[in-house]
Amino acid sequence: MTAVNASSKGRRSFELNSTMESVAEVETAAEKLAAEAGLDEDQQFHIGMAVREATVNAVLHGNEYDPSKHILVSLENTGTELRFVIADQGKGVDPEALPDPLAPENLMRGTGRGIFLIRSFMDEVHFRQLHPGTELTLVKHLRPAADKH
Amino acid sequence: MALTIASRSVDGVSVLDLSGRITLGEGSVQLRDAIRDLIGKGQKNILLNLGDVSYIDSSGLGELVSAYTTAKNQGASVRLLNLTKKVKDVLQLTKLYTVFDIYDDEATAVGSYK
Repeated sequence: MTAVNASSKGRRSFELNSTMESVAEVETAAEKLAAEAGLDEDQQFHIGMAVREATVNAVLHGNEYDPSKHILVSLENTGTELRFVIADQGKGVDPEALPDPLAPENLMRGTGRGIFLIRSFMDEVHFRQLHPGTELTLVKHLRPAADKH
Repeated sequence: MALTIASRSVDGVSVLDLSGRITLGEGSVQLRDAIRDLIGKGQKNILLNLGDVSYIDSSGLGELVSAYTTAKNQGASVRLLNLTKKVKDVLQLTKLYTVFDIYDDEATAVGSYK
């Protein structure tokens, strides 16, 4: 866990089009939140990557770039954790049915590593089916700064 | 930052100097096209210099894997040079680090094709 900057608490919410520009915007916002929370550069990178992968999944696999569908994103520093929620309006996904990208038979596949990376970089990953759509919650635990007294 | 690709030849090895991000969309497509172009021209020895690649996402990883497989199926070889820490870490995490031949210096990498 990592020391937290308590003064950076707060939540930002977006409703965005299903485009790669939206992905870039969310990734940048996630990295900024991680930086403001006092995480080091590697952790900022990992969080940015995890949030980017989740947002790409929402835009590409969930909403299939459909201009009539949006992604709903919220980013929050609760003081004890960073919480990222990304929802799409697509047909839904069963995370348990996804193949293991590390299995020998899948290692040389060209796709299928996004959720693995998300799970590797975040402390908690939760899927919720919205019918329609999927909501992904990514959580990074923080710890309070050491007591200086 | 988009991906830029510069191509050169060293002792019969086609070196692609990549700079920027290999991500879903423009970057991964550029890489795919550049490698297919080389293979289409009969180039067998392809070295990807990733020294200036700051970021690779899961799509970028997929393109590297596809490049490796496409090359192998055509009797060619794609090898990697100068991985940054971030790219190396992601390759190790996804167990792709042991799939590729990876080098830290160009002379050794070029010599490996002989």
